[in-house]
Amino acid sequence: MTAVFPDIWPALPEIFLAVAGMALLLIGVFRGDGFTRPVSYLTVVVMLLAAILAMGYGAGRVVTFNGMFVMDAFGVFMKVLVLVSAALSVILSLGFNEREQMARFEYPVLMLFATLGMLMMISANDLISLYVGLETQSLALYVIAAFRRDSAKSSEAGLKYFVLGALSSGMLLYGASLLYGFAGTTSFDKIAALFAGGAHASPGVVIGLVFVLTGLAFKVSAAPFHMWAPDVYEGAPTPVTAFFAAAPKVAAIALLTRVLIEPFGHLTAQWHQVLVATAVLSMLIGSFAAIMQTNIKRLMAYSSIGHVGYAMVGLAAGNQDGVRGVLIYMALYVAMNIGAFAVILSMKAKGLMLEQIKDFSGLSKTNPMLAATMAIFMFSMAGIPPMAGFFGKLYVFLAAIEVQDYTLAVIGVLTSVVGAFYYLRIVKIMYFDEPLVVVDKVEDDGMTGILVVTSLFTLLFFVAPAPILNGAAAAAAALFAG
Amino acid sequence: MEVLVVFLPLLAFLIAGSIALFGGPKATPSAAGHGHGHDHGHDHHAHGHDDHAHHDDAHDDGHDDHHAVAPPPTSGDRAAQFVTSGAVLLSAFLSWLLFFDVAVGGHPRTIELATWIRSGGLDVSWALRVDQLTAVMLVVVNTVSACVHVYSVGYMAEDPQKPRFMGYLSLFTFAMLMLVTADNLVQMFFGWEGVGLASYLLINFWYEKPSANAAAIKAFLVNRVGDFGFALGIFAIFVLTGSVQFDAIFAKAPTITGVTFHFLSWDFNGLTIACLLLFMGAMGKSAQLGLHTWLPDAMEGPTPVSALIHAATMVTAGVFMLCRLSPVFEYAPSALEIVAVVGGLTAFVAATIGFTQFDIKRVIAYSTMSQLGYMFFAVGVSAYGAAMFHLFTHAFFKALLFLGAGSVIHALHHEQDMRKMGGVWRKIPFTYAVMWIGNLALAGLPFFAGFYSKDMILEAAYASGSPVGRFAFALGIAAALLTAFYSWRLLFMTFHGKPRMEKSVYDHAHESPITMLIPLGVLALGALFAGIGFHQWFIGHDRAEFWGKAILALHEHDSIEAAHHHLPGWVGIAPLVVGLIGIAAAYIAYIQIPSLPATFARLFKGLHQFLYNKWYFDELYDALFVRPAKALGYGLWKSGDGALIDGVGPDGVAAATRDIAGRASRLQSGYVYHYAFAMVIGVVLLIAWLSVFG
Repeated sequence: MTAVFPDIWPALPEIFLAVAGMALLLIGVFRGDGFTRPVSYLTVVVMLLAAILAMGYGAGRVVTFNGMFVMDAFGVFMKVLVLVSAALSVILSLGFNEREQMARFEYPVLMLFATLGMLMMISANDLISLYVGLETQSLALYVIAAFRRDSAKSSEAGLKYFVLGALSSGMLLYGASLLYGFAGTTSFDKIAALFAGGAHASPGVVIGLVFVLTGLAFKVSAAPFHMWAPDVYEGAPTPVTAFFAAAPKVAAIALLTRVLIEPFGHLTAQWHQVLVATAVLSMLIGSFAAIMQTNIKRLMAYSSIGHVGYAMVGLAAGNQDGVRGVLIYMALYVAMNIGAFAVILSMKAKGLMLEQIKDFSGLSKTNPMLAATMAIFMFSMAGIPPMAGFFGKLYVFLAAIEVQDYTLAVIGVLTSVVGAFYYLRIVKIMYFDEPLVVVDKVEDDGMTGILVVTSLFTLLFFVAPAPILNGAAAAAAALFAG
Repeated sequence: MEVLVVFLPLLAFLIAGSIALFGGPKATPSAAGHGHGHDHGHDHHAHGHDDHAHHDDAHDDGHDDHHAVAPPPTSGDRAAQFVTSGAVLLSAFLSWLLFFDVAVGGHPRTIELATWIRSGGLDVSWALRVDQLTAVMLVVVNTVSACVHVYSVGYMAEDPQKPRFMGYLSLFTFAMLMLVTADNLVQMFFGWEGVGLASYLLINFWYEKPSANAAAIKAFLVNRVGDFGFALGIFAIFVLTGSVQFDAIFAKAPTITGVTFHFLSWDFNGLTIACLLLFMGAMGKSAQLGLHTWLPDAMEGPTPVSALIHAATMVTAGVFMLCRLSPVFEYAPSALEIVAVVGGLTAFVAATIGFTQFDIKRVIAYSTMSQLGYMFFAVGVSAYGAAMFHLFTHAFFKALLFLGAGSVIHALHHEQDMRKMGGVWRKIPFTYAVMWIGNLALAGLPFFAGFYSKDMILEAAYASGSPVGRFAFALGIAAALLTAFYSWRLLFMTFHGKPRMEKSVYDHAHESPITMLIPLGVLALGALFAGIGFHQWFIGHDRAEFWGKAILALHEHDSIEAAHHHLPGWVGIAPLVVGLIGIAAAYIAYIQIPSLPATFARLFKGLHQFLYNKWYFDELYDALFVRPAKALGYGLWKSGDGALIDGVGPDGVAAATRDIAGRASRLQSGYVYHYAFAMVIGVVLLIAWLSVFG
């Protein structure tokens, strides 16, 4: 084997991000924390530029770096989604970090590196590159979860995330080693070729696959590997929570999808049941456990667990329509999730953050626009037409019904009903209860922009759904073509 | 012309309805002027008679508002009254032309309008069947309706919702015309339900009165029982003959007498069952014993409504239906016997109730029910011509009596209780005179309308020779005695004796306006001459040519023929004799010895209570149907819906959800090792699952 300089163009967004990240780190080191805002803006610009680079990739599937790295339409869709949501999360954090004296330049840079890890996850084409991407992302996330070192809750959240994340990484590595042992290769393409050739899936392969799936399920916070999520979501600074609920989830779902469809696409019978079990558990826990919550961030944690469950319903279908449903779901989920967190981040009275659900009482009287925006996101998350969330659920349930997975679809619909209870309860609290506090006005332009854009997107998605639907369809097709 | 006759009232209804909906400033329904006036009159009746003083005070107050607040008729009111009355008057005039062309001239015809339903073997079209039977009904319906329309202009002058009232009246007229011109059972059912709707709307015209609401709902529900039978009867006829079109049914009827229905290991004669089901529909609409309880309560509606719908036309729809279907009923003799028995019993029972009541409109209502009983037992003995003739004459004199009663009520300021009337004949002489004419016709005194038709019915019943016919005859004679008695009781209590009302009411008593008197005069002419002028055609020697093929009475059943030939002399005189006895008894009891009725009531307390309470039919139904149904509903609501469905369903699920939610959040202990343990357990379970089942 001769050393050949690899084709780097497919990895251009990652390379650009890495270089830019190091440059921003240097700038930050030299200019100090006072330069946080410019660094944040630059981070946003870098992320959006990377998204443009990713979009400029075009079509077709290219494998490079000795089969470690793959780029295709699926990667383009997911990378753009991750980059956009990460950029929005950076904007969300600006005002908060400054108010809470945690505006340090490392913060956007860490998010940038985490995003870099996510992009690598999306393009991973080997168990090794999968792990490297995952850890690049995770290490950065551990740090920003505990970014508020002086807060016990934040530190606890970071520590819990780290310990459990390490456990899950261990499981994933163990599974990867089993797979290597039984399949004889770590390359996705070779594994796929192996099983396409009709090789028998030995118990070792199956067990290894379950361990790998466990590690990935932890990252997407699917039940029963979800238990870190509520604690971390509550403890971490709110912009971090917003980030956690969006970009890393998308990346992990993308990785999960690629792993299941590409190397193990022929073992559907084996992994289908794992997915069904985690999807059902996630939907149940996401809907039932959320009911008793009093903290809006904890509620959002359970909500995200439930949403992952719904996305996995589409994934469990294991076909192109199912994957398309997952992609649509994640795109819409990210929009409404970022929007909802934008509302939560705008909830402050006399400069103090409000995190309790009861603080939303009578919001429609003290800040009608904010209440209306939140109502849009809540209706959408509950899956009420014509909001965007309805279409997300529609496509994944359709996929489940197409493969005659009626149980899954019925459970999905039923848990949606339970979920609707707590989403609509917030609307009820905002519109029918008497105000307890007077909520400050939203003064941050970036925040206002995000609120307007995400709520309009959620509300009016049904008017022009074609770009997202077509993009998702192309991405799903690319995954199955390879 | 036929089309005009039928659709003019519909057009009028649409115009008046539009005026009611969109036209002009609307008076509120509970406007003082109308609300007080009517409410007091009815409250007396509804709540018994133990708090007169209170009511009378209120009554006097109401009296003063009455004229002061009564809104002047708006141009919309005027237009609605003009359009509806004009349309129905024109329709009535054309009906008479049709009558002389179709019935007297003998030119029956059918006019196809449109195809309605064509599905498989079912072929239903909109068609106007104008034969002799229809021509008679057209005359009756349109003449009475025209009188009532004109009368209502005067009677409802103080009501703020004239266009609505006039519109409903025209809607009723249209539906009734659809019913009588129907060429098939389905179209007849349309008209049947249409008149039911109009009846409901008009009984409940003063919808702010709870008693009117209750009466309207009762009428609707009781009629639903009958209509259920009617619908089943239509289905049965369709099963038997394969058609709902009259000519096809009539052609098929003689050939299917032996067909049986097999039901729960019993065999029933198909035609008998079908006819009985149809008769059930007729019983509901025509208030025959068993399904009659709604009719007296329906008097909650305005008096013109009682005259038009609940005396002259709608309640006779059952009789018309049976006559229309005579070619079918003739082949179901068992069904005819039941019709005769029910009719006879109705005639008698209603008369017994009628002579204990005090509400002037209720007395006439029971009288109507009784007379309907006569018509039915005439049908039961195959004397269809006599039934139709009585329908014809009865329409005139009963509408006259109701409108006359309305005139009295109007004069006495919406007083309906006869115990609070008396001695007013000098004040309202015209009304007094027409009431006499109406009662003479009702009691069947010679040369008045009822004389010809009622005697014919009784004679035919006797002449039919069957035990059922004799039974009906006996009940009919008894009812005739009671009829004469309660009719004159009504006359004497209302117009003679000492005035028993407040002096101010007596002083204010006045003859009704000219718009009310003209219809009374027209109807009085009918009551005077409808019998003598038409009996040759309806029941006399010309009847075969007159009815043509519209009515079929098999030769061996033809009781009218029998009555013309072999009849003991006493049978012909008996009705007149008992009528005179009844009048004399009433004279003695209410003029000579006014204390007599009270003495009788005391002596025969049980019997009087039994009759006064209408044979306890309402109480019986309440105990038999209403309470069990309510108990069942309540039970299903509380235990079925509340405990079972809500408990297991919404409430149970909500409680379970809350419970599960509590458990699910308690899982979240906050300890890292718990979380790690859950992850490991999860992996182990997944692997175990896959190892066993994968």
